[in-house]
Amino acid sequence: MMTTGTAEPRGQALAINNLSLEFPTFSGAVKALDDVSISVGKAEIVGIVGESGCGKSVTTMAATGLLPKGRYRVTGGTVRLFGHSTLSMDDSQLQDLRGKVVSTIFQEPMNALNPTIRIGRQLTDVIMRHEEVGPADARRIARDILADMLIGEPERVMNLYPFELSGGMRQRVLIAMAFSCNPGLIIADEPTTALDVTVQAVILRLIQNRARRTGTAVIFISHNVAVVSQLCDRLYVMYAGRIVEHGATRTVLETPQHPYTQALLRCLPERVAPKQELEAIPGAVPNLLQPPSGCYFQPRCKEAVEQCRSQTPQLTGADGQQVACWRRGVAVELPEQGGRR
Amino acid sequence: MAITRIIVPRLILLLFVVLGVAVITFTISHLIPGDPARMIAGDRASAETLENVRRNLGLDRPVVEQFTIYIGNLLQGDLGTSLRTNRPVAADIRTFLPATLELGTVALFIAICLGVPLGVLSAVYKDGPIDQIARTVSVCGISMPVFWFGLILIYVFYAKFQILPGSGRLAMGIVAPERITGFLLIDSLLQGRFDAFRSALYHIILPGFVLAFANMGVITRQIRASMLDVLQEDYIRTARASGLRKGMIIFNYALRNALIPSITLLGLALGDLLYGAVLTETIFAWPGMGTYVVTSIQTLDFPAIMGFTIVASIGYVLINLLVDLAYMLADPQIREV
Ligand SMILES: Nc1ncnc2c1ncn2[C@@H]1O[C@H](COP(=O)(O)OP(=O)(O)O)[C@@H](O)[C@H]1O
Ligand code: SF4
Ligand SMILES: [Mg+2]
Repeated sequence: MMTTGTAEPRGQALAINNLSLEFPTFSGAVKALDDVSISVGKAEIVGIVGESGCGKSVTTMAATGLLPKGRYRVTGGTVRLFGHSTLSMDDSQLQDLRGKVVSTIFQEPMNALNPTIRIGRQLTDVIMRHEEVGPADARRIARDILADMLIGEPERVMNLYPFELSGGMRQRVLIAMAFSCNPGLIIADEPTTALDVTVQAVILRLIQNRARRTGTAVIFISHNVAVVSQLCDRLYVMYAGRIVEHGATRTVLETPQHPYTQALLRCLPERVAPKQELEAIPGAVPNLLQPPSGCYFQPRCKEAVEQCRSQTPQLTGADGQQVACWRRGVAVELPEQGGRR
Repeated sequence: MAITRIIVPRLILLLFVVLGVAVITFTISHLIPGDPARMIAGDRASAETLENVRRNLGLDRPVVEQFTIYIGNLLQGDLGTSLRTNRPVAADIRTFLPATLELGTVALFIAICLGVPLGVLSAVYKDGPIDQIARTVSVCGISMPVFWFGLILIYVFYAKFQILPGSGRLAMGIVAPERITGFLLIDSLLQGRFDAFRSALYHIILPGFVLAFANMGVITRQIRASMLDVLQEDYIRTARASGLRKGMIIFNYALRNALIPSITLLGLALGDLLYGAVLTETIFAWPGMGTYVVTSIQTLDFPAIMGFTIVASIGYVLINLLVDLAYMLADPQIREV
């Protein structure tokens, strides 16, 4: 995975290499990311999964320069976003990239649109920022893309304020905004977590369909494996600021080799027989101020052995499936229907 | 329409406020010791003269009757006759009010023009040098007594360096422009009297700045606080994530929302301005309502004091109405429903 020079030899949309990052706080450094490597090919759809607080958002926000200025420290690694080293770019350079090269859709749609500006203006502001078009053309582009998001009467919606729309509608507007300047990469950070279950699938499909049609790469972030499993080509599993397993979606879901991935999959309702209790992973994500030594999952891991306490497992394995576990592959004890869904 | 829904109740309220204030001022004026007739007639007047003065003022009639007459006149816009100037109080107020309004408007203008940008910069560069300076300035403005600050400015700019005049509205020897609005700055321009305009402008700078300073501190602090809140909001993150330019994010996307909670405060600031005007006018010998009411108080000129109080309370209600209208303009959620 060599990424030297400005050209991206393998046509990568995003290449994060060995990124380590911490937040200095009064009580010490929160080691939010440790040696994280993620690559997303052009037009590829990739998922990042893991419980809340595992560093999924921090990873992508670091890559797009959206972390609060001066409150974090990159302690190692590189990021290349379509050839741009975003870690060393200043604010105005980043503003040129955001919205045009990479767009992010965030979790909470209720407050993600400006309450005092009409929907249409919010969309055309973004379009006119990045494209050489006048107001009339910008409105036309906005209307078309809203229609593409299955919003009936886009003209009417453009004249509304956010408070006049439902959560699902707002999220469609935000997705439209993210796609409006045809970025090469879209980061969808828990895009449906705050929405009604019935709306979730529709919204996810909207993103997936448009991305496939336009050749846009997408990173789906979720704490729920089920949400992303049917959308992504590849999956990264994150735990406590580290990637613990990654590979093709099918492979990871059918033959998960890291005990954490296995535990995540056991939590899915689809995996559990009707009468059986839904399992939650016992314990909690470790405090990243003082992470445990060795494998971070060790305090919660049923398979832990002595070595896990003292030595940190590295990602190993063929490119198809890499796992960071001393006892990789033990005990894939998933219920029968698992993997064939 | 939302606009009638806002205005009509306020106007009804206005009527009750005026009546209520009239009752209160009337009662107080009759409870306070001090004999207005004696004030007018002088210490050496005979009992007979005093009696005459009393009868002329209607002070010999029963209190209830006095009150009914007062209210009746009030509703016709008659605020009574000043004991001191012997002119209708309403006429006195018409003479003095514009000077105060002009001073207040200039002060508010200065306070907003300096306070809002300072608050915005202070929030955007939180904890930086600009923020430190802005915070110091606003604490000074809030905590420094008006008369003290006023006297310092008079000392420095008038007494010591003689850069700016320290009292009155116009320089001696300059004829005031004919009265149209009562605002010297406007009337002089309308009549092409640039000498008067210049003089009026020079004269209003010091009192305007003194009056503005305290409110500027309050405005800076409020704008800073609400900007800090707004800059944390998800929609600002959205704006950043979609690459909008910094200036656009700060002024179009953040400030617009930060102003909404600040509107109430601006209304309060306007009220403070009225109060501050009384002090400022006294220091700068500004011939406005403040000077008028202070002199009236010193001479126990009850009709004048009551007239001032009623005009001031009408002012408060109107300010509140303005605040509500401003809310409506700023917040679509109120406007469109
Ligand atoms: N500004 C910050 N200051 C300190 N710690 C932070 C900050 N932002 C995030 N973190 C920490 O980084 C870790 C990862 O957070 P995040 O990436 O948001 O998790 P998630 O996987 O749920 O998206 C968490 O432990 C969080 O507390
Ligand atoms: S390294 Fe050890 S503790 Fe960590 S996941 Fe593997 S078995 Fe469990
Ligand atoms: Mg997150």
